[in-house]
Amino acid sequence: MRGSHIVAEAALRAGCRYYFGYPITPQNELPEYMSRRLPEVGGVFVQAESEIASINMVIGASMAGARVMTSSSSPGISLKQEGISYLGGLELPAVIVNMMRGGPGLGNIAPSQSDYFQATRGGGHGDYRTIVLAPASGQELCDLTYKAFDLADHYRTPVLILADGMMGQMMEPVRFPVLRDVGKLPRKPWAITGAKGRKSHFIRSLILDPGQMEEHNWKLMRKYEQIADAEVRFESFKTDDADLVIVAFGTAARIAKAAVKRARNEGLKVGLFRPITLWPFPKKPLQEVAKRVKHFFVFELNAGQMVEDVQLALSGQSDVFFYGRPGGVVPNPAEISRIVSRQFFQKEIG
Amino acid sequence: MKKVFGRPKTLKPVPYHYCPGCGHSLLHRIVAEVIEEMGVEEIAIGVPPAGCAVLAYNYFDVDMGEAAHGRGAALATGVKRVLPDHLVFTYQGDGDIAAIGTAETVHAANRGERITCIFVNNAVYGMTGGQMAPTTILGQTTTTSPGGRVGNRDGFPLNLSEMLAVTRGSAYIERTSVTSPAGIRATKKAVRKAFEIQLKGLGFTLVEVLSPCPTNLKMSPIEACRWVDTEMVNYFPLGVIKDVTAPEEGKNAH
Repeated sequence: MRGSHIVAEAALRAGCRYYFGYPITPQNELPEYMSRRLPEVGGVFVQAESEIASINMVIGASMAGARVMTSSSSPGISLKQEGISYLGGLELPAVIVNMMRGGPGLGNIAPSQSDYFQATRGGGHGDYRTIVLAPASGQELCDLTYKAFDLADHYRTPVLILADGMMGQMMEPVRFPVLRDVGKLPRKPWAITGAKGRKSHFIRSLILDPGQMEEHNWKLMRKYEQIADAEVRFESFKTDDADLVIVAFGTAARIAKAAVKRARNEGLKVGLFRPITLWPFPKKPLQEVAKRVKHFFVFELNAGQMVEDVQLALSGQSDVFFYGRPGGVVPNPAEISRIVSRQFFQKEIG
Repeated sequence: MKKVFGRPKTLKPVPYHYCPGCGHSLLHRIVAEVIEEMGVEEIAIGVPPAGCAVLAYNYFDVDMGEAAHGRGAALATGVKRVLPDHLVFTYQGDGDIAAIGTAETVHAANRGERITCIFVNNAVYGMTGGQMAPTTILGQTTTTSPGGRVGNRDGFPLNLSEMLAVTRGSAYIERTSVTSPAGIRATKKAVRKAFEIQLKGLGFTLVEVLSPCPTNLKMSPIEACRWVDTEMVNYFPLGVIKDVTAPEEGKNAH
């Protein structure tokens, strides 16, 4: 099944019944699938007039208590950032998919990881974070999307699925989880559903009093600390005996994994550390690896973004080498293993 | 003793923060009275804007969800699609609905979204301190049109309601004012009609209310009302602009 279709079907099975979006390549297969599939299960699909409108429709549906999602690609996600900041401030759950492309500006539609900074630093204005999940296979597109709705509801916070055109277009077999009974999902007493049998309430992000606004910010920060403690995900592949560990996520991690296998065939002890949650970044697990490994090779499909989190986590105690291909260029595993062995092992490690 | 006048239950017993002579207080009350009289307080959901009425949730005793500047119609769309049997209304000023939120409003109308927009037109950005609005009339002095608005330099007053009337999805659009007892009665009637048409599922509804802003017009409340009645109405004529429930000839005045 195609990656974008996997995300859509997984969302639906997680109980998502509302989708609001605006067309942009390379993720159009996702809204197209939703427009066919949602009405079959009593859901609603709306093609909005813009990304700005669609993210605000998401806010409205989330306020009304529904599981809701939108999807887009880099330039469209920039437009949605206003609404994502509001979702953060209003403490509303929602799932947002970004099938990244090469940038900046209009860029191109080729696979890229150009939005790591934007995704992991909140993206919009204000002090907030979003949970960022980076799948690297068809099955993970499914599992992480399904999980994203639970995380969003549990923490009342927006969750981003960060993938790219490669993940979205690629076809892989997938095993889907069960279709959730929407009626049995946890209730949301905070939602605005009409003041029937209870006092009226309102949902707002305007807090004019600086003292109260500060308390709201600290409340958000406490929530983010909780998330950082409980929700870190990563994959560690052949790092136990490694002399060098490649750090990569998503599509880059798939390429890196194949490169690790090639390097191993040449007798080089190379491993892979793959963050699955980009925020919260798996800082402590990476520090654990750094107790055994001195050399890290960060590989990204951008000009160097996650490498800053790796450097922060390792605080200058390890060598961090960066190799990136921005602009939608996707190198093959041979290129990565060649650089690892020739440029790095020979020169740096010897 | 028989009680002949009181605060509707749909308004919280809180004093307004609005300036003396401002039309918001009147319009809040009108909307709240209509909700109470229709008995829809349990299914009413309001969407306040960014602007002077941003604190509307402090006054209305119904569920409310605050929208970003201009995004009321989009947010209300999301609420209404999840709760199709509820009464969903936005409350927006002229800058909110007719400048930054034009796209959201036009397309909500064009989709025939079953929501009601209460559009408060006072010809100026109130909360930010009196800048030129999309509905500022020609020659009108504001803090960003200090020599008076010039059409082919600053843009002309935008007749959003007339624009919305030509969309096929709009069902009812009327322009009223709250500058006189007759205007207040007409406004209340229009709000009720818009809500009824929404609940019948006939399409998008909007009531544009011309409202005095004495503070930013730098006039007394009475002068501000008179200015609305004599100057503003030349650009924004009062009356029903579209009504799909009216006999054939009156459906669309334009």
